[in-house]
Amino acid sequence: MDTKRADTVAAPGRFPLRELLLFAAVLVAVLGVYAVMGPAYSTRMLVEASCYAILALGLTIQWGYAGQFNAGVMGFVALGGFCAMFFSIPVNEAFWGSELPGELGRVLLYMVTAVLVVFAATRLDRLGVPKRLRTVIAVMLAVVLYLVVINALRGVTDQIESRAGFIGGLGLPVGVGWIIGGALAGGVGYFIGRVCLGLRSDYLAIATLGIAEIIKAFLKNSDWLTRGTATVSPLPWPVPGPSEVGFTLARALYLSVTAVMIAAIFFLLSRAYHAPWGRMIRAIRDNEISAAAMGKDINKRRLEIFVLGCILMGIGGAALASFNSMFDPQGYLPLNHTFLVLVMVILGGPGNNLGTIFGAVAVYIIWIMSEPLALFLMELAVTFGEGAFGWDAPTNLDSRALQARVFVIGLLITLVLRYAPKGLLPEKVRHHG
Amino acid sequence: MNELVFFINNVVIAGSVTGSIYAIGAVGVTLIFSIMRFAHFAHGDMMTFGAFMVLLLTTAFPGAGAAIGVPTALVLLPLAMALTALLAVGIDRAFYKPLRAHGVKPIVLVIGSLGVTLMLQGLIRLFAGTGGQSLYIDDRKEIFRLALPFEGARAPVVVTEPQLYLFVITLVAVVGLHLFLSRSRLGKAMRAMSDNPDLAQASGINTNTIVAVTWVIAGALAAIAGTLLSLDVTFKPDLSFFLLLPIFAAAIVGGVGHPYGAVAGGFVVGFAETLAVFNWSVLLRPFRDSLPEWLTQAGNLAFVGTEYKIVVPFFILVVILVWRPTGIFKGKVI
Repeated sequence: MDTKRADTVAAPGRFPLRELLLFAAVLVAVLGVYAVMGPAYSTRMLVEASCYAILALGLTIQWGYAGQFNAGVMGFVALGGFCAMFFSIPVNEAFWGSELPGELGRVLLYMVTAVLVVFAATRLDRLGVPKRLRTVIAVMLAVVLYLVVINALRGVTDQIESRAGFIGGLGLPVGVGWIIGGALAGGVGYFIGRVCLGLRSDYLAIATLGIAEIIKAFLKNSDWLTRGTATVSPLPWPVPGPSEVGFTLARALYLSVTAVMIAAIFFLLSRAYHAPWGRMIRAIRDNEISAAAMGKDINKRRLEIFVLGCILMGIGGAALASFNSMFDPQGYLPLNHTFLVLVMVILGGPGNNLGTIFGAVAVYIIWIMSEPLALFLMELAVTFGEGAFGWDAPTNLDSRALQARVFVIGLLITLVLRYAPKGLLPEKVRHHG
Repeated sequence: MNELVFFINNVVIAGSVTGSIYAIGAVGVTLIFSIMRFAHFAHGDMMTFGAFMVLLLTTAFPGAGAAIGVPTALVLLPLAMALTALLAVGIDRAFYKPLRAHGVKPIVLVIGSLGVTLMLQGLIRLFAGTGGQSLYIDDRKEIFRLALPFEGARAPVVVTEPQLYLFVITLVAVVGLHLFLSRSRLGKAMRAMSDNPDLAQASGINTNTIVAVTWVIAGALAAIAGTLLSLDVTFKPDLSFFLLLPIFAAAIVGGVGHPYGAVAGGFVVGFAETLAVFNWSVLLRPFRDSLPEWLTQAGNLAFVGTEYKIVVPFFILVVILVWRPTGIFKGKVI
């Protein structure tokens, strides 16, 4: 009896009919949008879809490659957007010309000193202090120093808000903000990952959900840093803007930048996936215990991949914010920036980069087009209702119609999980002999 | 003395109110976890759904409460609890059971519950709009002012009517749950299944019944928590994401799978939140003559501003995960 599995590595390559069909369908949809909505609108849609594709690639390596569920994509996107804003907008002379930067620097210095002092206090047991006493001392010190620093900071930030508005930007090239946005998102991801990745995956979902809301609350309420709800605009573009070369061309140029980024990320990820490192990651995802028995450092690898995914989300979020040319902390919604990305990944095919990009573009087109569609359907229902039963329609109908999209996204998630758990373009798992 | 009254109003009472609500929510989460082994993210929306049912019923029968002398919303609460329990069982049948039957990893169930969250949210907002609404339609919210029998206490302790009901109902719910889990046959079967599902099944416990009972209890408790929260403030359709983190933090602090731990965790998180946003400089005011000047000059000694309240449960969560992932009562490590 032949018990050997079919060796798909040696088997001749299958003609990628499914991929071709799906991408042809997306192409037809894009062309259809171009024909109906005009080139400027459609190019904008494509640029946003490409930014979402970067986010989706970040989530697909966390969920698809490693089985980690990040429920707080929004937070990392917002961090990236903040960095894109902070590093690229012009310098605020009203702030830098006063003595406020010195004051702010002094508070930051206090903060660093306080952290160092508390850290030193946690090491007191090395000097022979009993452990219990050390903990008490460290906690007391942390509370007192925290209050001192936070009060000093409140004083300075109130001054900044009343005298200079906000601290403004640094006036650096756009790319710097994108890279640092990725780095900052990765840093926050490292912190979360250190706390949660050793435990069951539910904890990671809870913690990321929380950190996303915290990041949003911080960006929304720190008027001195981000102008809060007043929003910052315009953000400069890395390519000539619409005022110089017209909407369509400028957006097409931006699209070429994001497309190059996606191509580079795609290439690097594919290399990593097929490299021994990628094999190790998948081994950990599929059977943690045997991977550990083979001597793999599971927690370290998990942390690596989680941080990598967060970096991509930061970069994608930065590109998205720069393109919108506006930084609005209140505009970051769990629905638009977490669950939409999640649908893209699980519908397209977690662990399959091509499938993820397909999912990103396809879902984004549906998402954008669903807004006018929902309004149209709602109006139809109302006219019908008024004619047939004499309803009086509620006034805030358009805002309610948009809530229907929330329902549809939720339904899509549950249906995909139930009927197509591997997505439309499943990950191709190779069995080596 | 006025400072002490201020402290009682803003910390003791407010903390018990939020603590009770978190406790009832966390009990549901922890029960679901101990039976089905996944973190149920749609719990916040089940709470909202329960409150929404009460809102609908109160709009339909506005005069029901006046006949007995309690707020209409509370009279109709049992009906809303039944409806929410029905919804919970229905959701399980429609969405979670097929996934469980496929033998998926628990994290896929978590994602599924996020999908359910969005569906519920969409439905509630579609019908209720996005603004806040009061559950007191025909009734008046009564406010009790209790003057303290001390000299110099001019400000009274303020308790509102829904807060009193909240304390009573929380007490009843917790005691009832305790009796159910420790005395009744079903409750014992539930605990057995939480300890070891295979053994429970082998000894003749019908696991399907236990799952359904768990959903009924969780749904009913969620309806209570949501309604009491909406009675205390107002009904808002988009509460859930702000409720999820404190509730999960409470469940984890108490040790996942421990109903009593969840109650304790709920009060820990509730009091931590109110203590963190309380402005401590108020309490220093009576001693202002004997304290150094720099301390009295500090105008605001709150740990975090009210806008950063959500940081508190997150901080507690991180501390407990680093320091003792099993929770203070040694629950399961999930």
